[in-house]
Amino acid sequence: MKMTLKASAADARLLPEGRFAGPMPWVIAIMMFLTILAAAAGLSLGAAARGISDDLAGRLTVQILEPNVDRRAAQIKNVTEELGKLSAVESRRLVPAKEVADLLDPWLGAEGLDPDLPVPALIDVTLKRGAASDVAMVRNNVQAVAPSARVDEHAQWLAPLARLLNSLKWLSVALVILMALATTSAVVLAARAALNTHQSTIEVMHLLGASDTQIATLFQRRIALDALFGGLIGLGAALLTMALVGNRLSAIGSDLLGSVNLGWLSWLFILLLPIIGAALSTFSARFTVLKALRRML
Amino acid sequence: MASIVQFENVGLRYGTGAETLSDMSFSLAAGGFYFLTGPSGAGKTSLLKMLYLAQRPSRGLIRMFGEDVVTLTRERLPGLRRRIGVVFQDFRLIPHLSAFDNVALPLRVAGAEDKDLDLPVREMLQWVGLGERANARPATLSGGEQQRVAIARAVITRPDILVADEPTGNVDPEMAARLLRLFDALNQLGTTIVVATHDLHLLSRIKNAQILRLDAGQLADPTGALRYPPREPGARA
Repeated sequence: MKMTLKASAADARLLPEGRFAGPMPWVIAIMMFLTILAAAAGLSLGAAARGISDDLAGRLTVQILEPNVDRRAAQIKNVTEELGKLSAVESRRLVPAKEVADLLDPWLGAEGLDPDLPVPALIDVTLKRGAASDVAMVRNNVQAVAPSARVDEHAQWLAPLARLLNSLKWLSVALVILMALATTSAVVLAARAALNTHQSTIEVMHLLGASDTQIATLFQRRIALDALFGGLIGLGAALLTMALVGNRLSAIGSDLLGSVNLGWLSWLFILLLPIIGAALSTFSARFTVLKALRRML
Repeated sequence: MASIVQFENVGLRYGTGAETLSDMSFSLAAGGFYFLTGPSGAGKTSLLKMLYLAQRPSRGLIRMFGEDVVTLTRERLPGLRRRIGVVFQDFRLIPHLSAFDNVALPLRVAGAEDKDLDLPVREMLQWVGLGERANARPATLSGGEQQRVAIARAVITRPDILVADEPTGNVDPEMAARLLRLFDALNQLGTTIVVATHDLHLLSRIKNAQILRLDAGQLADPTGALRYPPREPGARA
């Protein structure tokens, strides 16, 4: 009766219920399957939200809306010079007319632009890292030298999507916590049921001088093995599901969906979840059994 | 002989009812042999429960092995229980364990390695005449055989006190005599024996055994005055 995961044959015989015969490992397998999917979703959505924010933070487009060609050219020159003076600006690039025409092509057709149609000039601006809060200053300075200029912040366009991804991430975190609570509750119920089933054995062992710790060790070892077995089944099923979903996402070919992926730390966390689950189950079982035993003399 | 158990004004009440045991005051000498007699319902089993630390008294003081067991913390109870062997009236064998494993259980609880169990357990089973039934489960043993397994389990650790509740109740007279000889042999080795029994014939089988008689929850012979057979005047207590 030692504190090891590997029970001696005699210790195993004391609590004879077959380890994989009861529902406990399968309940834990289902819980772990759902927990891993929720955790993977949360981690990948968090990564995607961060990726979008990192990609778009500090990126601006300055539109010069002046319809007069000469005045527009002057304002382009003024804005380019002004941007060059600002320390917050890392780079600026006047979008060539050809690229602008390509952007308009889906709306105006393949025949091209009407030469008389005034098209705004576009200047792509990238702010230095950490200078995203200087957008207002850039806007003021640009509009001071080019009254027709409009400064658009890229992050604003995708902000609702980033917020949605962030919300989904926190929903996933909540689901993981709920799953952990449900798993703990299931383990507590299983431990109580096992205590009732083996009540007479426990009483005899107590009267023969077994300590609470010795008795609790028998239960926690069995539940730890059940939890580990269930956890590994759940992990296997979840990895298979994730591989299938990943395959489908790749097939879509979307840049946005393609950004939904996991880093190595996230993978490590996911692979550790069955062990964390087994540890949580073991602790819950030990706590439950010791608490129940304390009510006996 | 030094006292190994002392009861002082011990009372036991279950719930809010009347006291099952009242004003129990006695002491058991180390190495003594005691019979506990009395009619059914007199409180023998309740008294034995307090002796093997399955029940705390409602009042009074109990000292065992020099410890006040009434106020003893739970953490220290297992150590004392390992010094007490118990033969339960209903045997309390673990049904899914073999006779071997049932007998080996106290040794395992005490931390013995598996490799150290085989010899003492098989010797003990031989001693109680069950050497050939080591692998049998309790359900396949007769009442008498189960009782002998229970006795083997109680004595395998050579306890300081052996408490037996009607240990000969399910065995034939020959086996009863054999079990008594076993208890006597243990007693000669220094184990204090307390045997609760209805069987008055047993009382004369052990020389120098003392008799405690319980009647309606009271010890009828706290001083030894009603000892059976009567103690001769001037004899050592």
